[in-house]
Amino acid sequence: MFEFLLTPLRYPFMVRALLAAAVVGATCGVVGTYVVLRGLAFFGEALAHAILPGVAVGYLVHRGNRGAILLWALGTAVGAGLGIGALTRRGRLREDTAIGIVFVGLFALGIALISTVRGYAVDLAHFLFGNVLAVSPRDLVLSGGLGAGVILAVVLFYKEFLVVSFDPTFASMLRLRTGLFRYLLLLLIAVTVVVSLQAVGVALVLAMLITPPATAYLLARRLPGMMALSAALGVLSGVVGLYVSYYVGVASGASIVLVSTAFFLLTLLWQACNRVCFPRR
Amino acid sequence: MRGERHRTCPELVHAGSPAVEAENVVVSLDGKVALEGVTFRLEPGDLLGVVGPNGAGKTTLLRALSGTLLPTAGEVRIFGAPPTWHICIAYLPQRIEADLRFPLSVADVVMMGRVGRLGPLRRPGRADRERVAQALDLVGIPHLARRPIGKLSGGERQRMFIARALAQEASVLLLDEPLAGLDAPTQAGILALLGRLRGAGITAVVTLHELELAQGHFPLVLLLNRRPLGFGSPDEVFTPDRLRKAYGTGLHLFRGPSGPVAVGDSCCAGEGGDRV
Repeated sequence: MFEFLLTPLRYPFMVRALLAAAVVGATCGVVGTYVVLRGLAFFGEALAHAILPGVAVGYLVHRGNRGAILLWALGTAVGAGLGIGALTRRGRLREDTAIGIVFVGLFALGIALISTVRGYAVDLAHFLFGNVLAVSPRDLVLSGGLGAGVILAVVLFYKEFLVVSFDPTFASMLRLRTGLFRYLLLLLIAVTVVVSLQAVGVALVLAMLITPPATAYLLARRLPGMMALSAALGVLSGVVGLYVSYYVGVASGASIVLVSTAFFLLTLLWQACNRVCFPRR
Repeated sequence: MRGERHRTCPELVHAGSPAVEAENVVVSLDGKVALEGVTFRLEPGDLLGVVGPNGAGKTTLLRALSGTLLPTAGEVRIFGAPPTWHICIAYLPQRIEADLRFPLSVADVVMMGRVGRLGPLRRPGRADRERVAQALDLVGIPHLARRPIGKLSGGERQRMFIARALAQEASVLLLDEPLAGLDAPTQAGILALLGRLRGAGITAVVTLHELELAQGHFPLVLLLNRRPLGFGSPDEVFTPDRLRKAYGTGLHLFRGPSGPVAVGDSCCAGEGGDRV
């Protein structure tokens, strides 16, 4: 058993991958709590896809330098996050329509840019589905720092985020800056998406943002518990997913997401089973 | 404009001013006049019932008093200052905007009342938890502190939000139709609670539909149909003349102080209509 767990750890890239997956799991778990509670899933999905052109430009300019690409992604994510935030405030179109138009357009732009390079398919696949096994020590430090910053912000402004999300009218009666905290939350989601990019890729980020928090929502009775559980489930999905990927030989990003989906389904099943087997009078 | 003043609680600073003052308040929504010529004044501890037909501007009045809506003309003052300077006004809209699917306990929601006083980066301490417990006691639901908010009845939910207002140390309470949709015993419970709050010096403005309840439980009433038709004790205000002016002649029989009056539920088709 120990052998089973320790064998992959002999490879330094595997250790870095596990750490990176844990960072992604924890950050997504914490921020995702608000994504789930406020119904921002579509925003998260849109944001992740809208980053692609930024990543593409970074890729064309810096090629192999992943740290530089990450910075490009960060800039695009912040821009896209705030842009989509402004877009949803006013406008004649329904906001999901407006978000949809923007994100699909940007996503296509990203693919077009990357496709200008010969033999682009492999690199494109990395951006779309992640490649956590290629995380460099520098990447790891950068994602770790960003992730820690995001979690710290959520913890420091816990009560403000809670009040603004739960009851905007009440927040305005306390004269809280509801607009400021709304944008700050969108910003944190944007940074989280960038942190997750390398582990699960553009196409699968949403899973990490909503599946562990949704599982935690089913199990927890109070918000701090939900956050902690969601982060724990995120980390666990990342680590278990990587082991599965190592032994079964499937893509790491997909494996991580599938494990978190399995946790969700097991929770649903367990709860349904509980209701049937132990009905309350 | 943001600064210390936003965090003040007016009853300490402007002691001596009336709790609520409306001076010739006019509110236009989408170019239509929703409210005009509203003038009244409440002392600390007053309990005012606002009645009128649908679309009379009751909700608009509360929103103007809360500072969430700026009057087109005229002025609202809470303890002598504009409402937006205060963090001690509690406003409960009729349609609750709070998301009751959040994983929170009743005590968690009441604790939110402390957020304005705590200010940024400070966590609630023992004193705050004591205030929450006191607030739950006062509204009569100490046993529900740990109950998830999704599992409350309508009356319990109203009490929770009133408890949050108490934890907020609100000195002015604005309640929009807090009795709507509640059964008679629950209504009686909330009305008794409003009476207790008077004792604590809290000024409350409450909109309601039932003239009977306004007459029976409110020392002060404001009869409204876009313009004020009467302000004072129910005996003074609910005269057949004024009631007909507010409601038109209808099918609903209301036993007023000077005998029964037939009134309708809404008046003046085409002019009214709930706008909020």
